[in-house]
Amino acid sequence: MAILVNEHSRVVVQGITGREGRARAKLMRDYGTRVVAGCTPGRAGDAVDGVPVYDTVADAAAAHGGLDASVIFVPAPHVKAAALEAIAAGVPLVVLVGDRVPVWDVMEVARAAAARGVDFLGPNTLGCLSVGKGVLGMIGGRAASAREWFKPGRVGVASRSGGMTSSTGYYLSKAGIGLSSLVHVGGDSIVGLPLPDVVRRFQADADTECIALFGEIGGSQEERVAELLRTGEVTKPVVAYIGGRAATSGVRFSHAGAIVEGGRGTHEGKVAALRGAGAVVVERFDELPAAVAAALGR
Amino acid sequence: MARLAESHGKQLLAAAGIAVPRGGVARSADEARSLAAGLGGAVVVKAQAQTTSRAGQGLIAFADDAAGAAALATGLLGRTVANFPITEVLVEERLAFVAERYAGLILDDRRRCPVLLVASRGGSGLEEIAREHPESVAELPVDVVDGVTAGAAAELWARVGVAAAEAARLGETCARLWQVARSVEARSAEINPIAVRADGSPVALDCRITVDDAAVFRHADLGIDVARELGHPPTALERIAWEVERDDYRGTFYFLQMRDGFDRGERVVAFHGAGGGGSMMAMDALQRAGFSVANFCDTSGNPPASKVYRAARVLLSQPGVDGYFGSGSGVASQEQFHSARGLVKAFLEEPLAVPAVVRLGGNGEEKAIEILQGFTKGLSVPVECYGKDTPVDACAARFAELVAAHRPAPTDAPRRTPAPAARPYAFRSPTGEITYDHAVCARCASKACVAACVPQILKVSDDGLPVLAVTPEEAARGRCTECLACEVDCRALGAGGGHVALAVPGLDEYRRGRGLE
Repeated sequence: MAILVNEHSRVVVQGITGREGRARAKLMRDYGTRVVAGCTPGRAGDAVDGVPVYDTVADAAAAHGGLDASVIFVPAPHVKAAALEAIAAGVPLVVLVGDRVPVWDVMEVARAAAARGVDFLGPNTLGCLSVGKGVLGMIGGRAASAREWFKPGRVGVASRSGGMTSSTGYYLSKAGIGLSSLVHVGGDSIVGLPLPDVVRRFQADADTECIALFGEIGGSQEERVAELLRTGEVTKPVVAYIGGRAATSGVRFSHAGAIVEGGRGTHEGKVAALRGAGAVVVERFDELPAAVAAALGR
Repeated sequence: MARLAESHGKQLLAAAGIAVPRGGVARSADEARSLAAGLGGAVVVKAQAQTTSRAGQGLIAFADDAAGAAALATGLLGRTVANFPITEVLVEERLAFVAERYAGLILDDRRRCPVLLVASRGGSGLEEIAREHPESVAELPVDVVDGVTAGAAAELWARVGVAAAEAARLGETCARLWQVARSVEARSAEINPIAVRADGSPVALDCRITVDDAAVFRHADLGIDVARELGHPPTALERIAWEVERDDYRGTFYFLQMRDGFDRGERVVAFHGAGGGGSMMAMDALQRAGFSVANFCDTSGNPPASKVYRAARVLLSQPGVDGYFGSGSGVASQEQFHSARGLVKAFLEEPLAVPAVVRLGGNGEEKAIEILQGFTKGLSVPVECYGKDTPVDACAARFAELVAAHRPAPTDAPRRTPAPAARPYAFRSPTGEITYDHAVCARCASKACVAACVPQILKVSDDGLPVLAVTPEEAARGRCTECLACEVDCRALGAGGGHVALAVPGLDEYRRGRGLE
């Protein structure tokens, strides 16, 4: 099963004729992802490394009997239009890789997605990867690295940091703990699939037995995961590390979402909420693999 | 910065039809005096500082006349708040009122939409009001397209016990506040307090508007010069760093100063992270090892070596640090040797005079370690580099050992500019200039630069000298990726004939001012 992407997912890459889109589409395919189409307005009939290009997402969907996901590689100011197009075409999962997408654009995307009943991942996300099955976005960089770093197994990884998604996956795999899927929810303050939504999907996924989280200061995602544990909606063990203990209030630490404001979203608050709800929170990141192993009963 | 000054925010509110007190900004006691005289009567003098509860800190004070205003300004200007001097005060007419309310438009990460918040008790912070008087606070999720109507907002005010006539007027204020927030793409726009005067008219006594950093490019009219939420006005060094970042879209360079005015021995270190999450994790590890960081810095998103070099130069322009520590997530998808070369160039030029530990785990890490550790052996201080299999806490512990063992020695002068080339061969890169001294290259047996050039745009000419294999125009337009191998690898493995000049505008002047040059 895995979540969000698997070996059957039919994927379109929006912006495939651009430098980044082309390079990333190739990496996704190298990992085994079914990239069936690309999309760039005015470029219908072209092909990029053998992938057919269409003018619109709707055209691509019609030509391929439906699509399961779109990955958007266009500059931040154009992400909104591209996402609204994919949502209007009914693509069930839209991945917004772009960094620095204006937050008011994201709220418009969220409104459209909710109205159409579809999901989006990001913005500012490395994407998601289901081990040995497929990748949406750019987790791992090279396909060979992704194969070497992430081993198959039964732990789901969800992270607010892109680099730490890879890191968490790598250190778990290195400790002999395999993974089902890895999801970077995106570094922004408003994202389509925040940690609690990803945790819910892991709860519903038969391939996932335990959930490893990399959280950060700012926002309410970690607190909402704690709520899911408290209400019993999530029963699988959750093991977490929360970054930003040394951070100061009112300052944004790279990620648009990583800011403590008005006493909300503090490191202590998140740790206390998760622990109070029964999650294991490690103090040092390198303690995570042992804690996950313990949660798995090893 | 993306947080607008109070006076700026009030201009926007006034332009949208929300009443604000008459007044203006003063930068000296004399300006405060003449502003107060122009206003006539009692005034309020407010320090312009990014801090909460200004009243509690004595940063807001009242005067009966112009002389009093001048005296207050004298006391406030030059005072330091959170390490930053107060350079401006707002002088406004003092208004009588019968009630204080709160209205705010914030963005809710949970519902993914704007939310209008109102409170019948204004003045103090909203969290405090909500905690102590929850019945006085109400909220309304707002459709991002449809916005706030005066009618819906008036109903919200009625819910917190405001009488109908006043609720209608405050509802109108909220609709206008929405327009301001939407038009500048605010992440938050708060009026606190809204004073209600005896005749029922609302006046915005204070406001706080923060514009989305990522949307600043669409709002040149706001005059935001550093689109970064720093928690303080930008420092001179932060401005220099922002200039490096502003027009260079290759990867990200994020820099903010967290401490200044410290000395050697205080365990304050220059911190160079990569990626937001990994950087925070590394900063936490440094804290556990007993250090504090002078700055936060993040170079990520596959930046060229030139950008990492400039970042390192900015970091090294913080006098008093006891060491240089770098670490990101540890498993980066970007090729790490670019960062290694950028650091080597900066460390050798400075030259680095404190221990450095840098964790460059991820793709290409073996090569990165070889470059950073191997090419800095000539320095008088240790430079150690680690990969993904050394945890960040282990790196921090090793760093602590090196710092403890380090004995400061007199520092050498910077080695930034080489001797003029006898036989110069030069071409432009996207943000700099590469110069070979072919007189030196003629003696070079290795031609390491040609082999190491990442984009492979160099070749050995028929005369046995390194030259461009593409046109100079192509190199300048981006075929040259500024990997810096033509200098860094040349210096270590060749004869040292290659040099890359990469300016950091304003940095040399800054360093002279801080006694670093």
